[in-house]
Amino acid sequence: MTGRIAELMRALGARIVNNWIWRLGFACRFLWFTLKESGASFRRFHLTIREIYFTGVLSLIIILVSGLFVGMVLGLQGYDTLVRYGSSEALGVLVSLSLVRELGPVVAGLLFASRAGSAITAEIGLMKATEQLSAMEMMAVDPIARVVAPRFWAGVISMPLLAALFSAMGVFGGYLVGVRLIGVDEGSFWSQMQAAVDFREDVLNGVIKSLVFGVAVTWIAVYEGYDAPPTAEGVSGATTRTVVTSSLAILALDFVLTALMFRGH
Amino acid sequence: MATSNLVEVQNVTFSYDEREVLKDINLVVPQGKVVAIMGLSGCGKTTLLRLIGGALFPDRGEVRVAGRVVNKLGDAELFALRRRMGMLFQFGALFTDISSFENVAFQMREHTNLPESIIRDLALMKLQAVGLRGAADLMPSELSGGMARRVALARSIALDPMLMMYDEPFTGLDPISLGVIGQLIRRLNDSLGATSIVVTHDVAEALELVDYVYYMSAGKVEFQGTPDQVRAAGLSSLRQFVYGEPDGPVPFHYPAPDYRQDLLAQ
Repeated sequence: MTGRIAELMRALGARIVNNWIWRLGFACRFLWFTLKESGASFRRFHLTIREIYFTGVLSLIIILVSGLFVGMVLGLQGYDTLVRYGSSEALGVLVSLSLVRELGPVVAGLLFASRAGSAITAEIGLMKATEQLSAMEMMAVDPIARVVAPRFWAGVISMPLLAALFSAMGVFGGYLVGVRLIGVDEGSFWSQMQAAVDFREDVLNGVIKSLVFGVAVTWIAVYEGYDAPPTAEGVSGATTRTVVTSSLAILALDFVLTALMFRGH
Repeated sequence: MATSNLVEVQNVTFSYDEREVLKDINLVVPQGKVVAIMGLSGCGKTTLLRLIGGALFPDRGEVRVAGRVVNKLGDAELFALRRRMGMLFQFGALFTDISSFENVAFQMREHTNLPESIIRDLALMKLQAVGLRGAADLMPSELSGGMARRVALARSIALDPMLMMYDEPFTGLDPISLGVIGQLIRRLNDSLGATSIVVTHDVAEALELVDYVYYMSAGKVEFQGTPDQVRAAGLSSLRQFVYGEPDGPVPFHYPAPDYRQDLLAQ
């Protein structure tokens, strides 16, 4: 009996070490190499600009439309709750704080992981499967510097901008529903929002969150692509892992960051 | 150091994990020659090519290219050496997000500071050499298999390499494309003053094209000689390979239990 338990513990330990700790260590080394080889991404910034177009600009539609709808839903739900307490004028505060503190970075991050993260993983994975990365190495060009680093920095730069646009569209959606549709006083909506939202406490902390999510999602995406087994199943599995791991990472990091940033002021 | 052998592989042994793929290989590639490394799939040919290119390192032995020991070079030196090598991958490995022209210009942009007008002229000259100047603006997805292989060939000679390596250049090509690629390998080698290594199992095409042949089997060099010596060789495994006989030293059947017993087993 004791032997079987020991056997089980050993198997569990081996699984954790091989599947998680080993991969995490490898991913950290990969991040280090990516940072070390990032010089070209800035010296030849057009490489990064090109990737910003693919990861950032092409994600705009889904981010803007989602932001608008999330803001509209917040306007409806927020009004419904606030009106019970006779404070419907505070709708602007509720909508904007929910967006810049939480929903902007988190939902934009989740959408970014599904739209851009999966695309980055699939692209790098397929480049590996079709020997494009090997060909690059044989041409004396480092694939980490030429392929991985520009995509990484493009993601890190795009994510806060997308989260900001998501929040802006959300506020506009809340305004459309709250002020234009329901008839909340426009002056109160904007002035209370202006008075209650602090730049450093709320907006800047939201930007920091989105930056951290940008690093996490893009790191996971480029690593999964580079580490993908060079087969159809390998690339599809890596793409799935990118979306699942990124989403969980965003939610877990959000909790940690929220706990550190907002201590009940 | 001037050397008459551009590539020298000395006593090289290589394993993937526990599986020994190359066993004490010795091989030389004289300057200016086209040398074929032939053998069955999985006999270690491509691994040998990757060792010469410095993509893998041997467990034991030395790989010398232009007098330098590839497996003892640092990253910067290895990359400097690779700039003087070209490699054609089995299926071309073209970058699928850029046009044929940009594929050929890729190395020039990465490794030189040439003005755009000169890069344009050079890239078009390379494409002209493989007969595809007219396809410069096509994307890789718009090219046939043979055309893609030729664009990849133009890309690999972009910086006029001293050593060209071809990994199964004839795989999956129609007879016309196959002949074209074969002629190009010979012509480019002679006109560039390069040295070429062709890894292939396409016997007929290779024997017409190359100066010297190494025949590998199970990780060892079993035979070496000129194409005529290969055709006349008495070695049974080489005969089976050259004449495409279905059964011989390399059995038709994968090892299995006794056929009768297998059928009668409940």
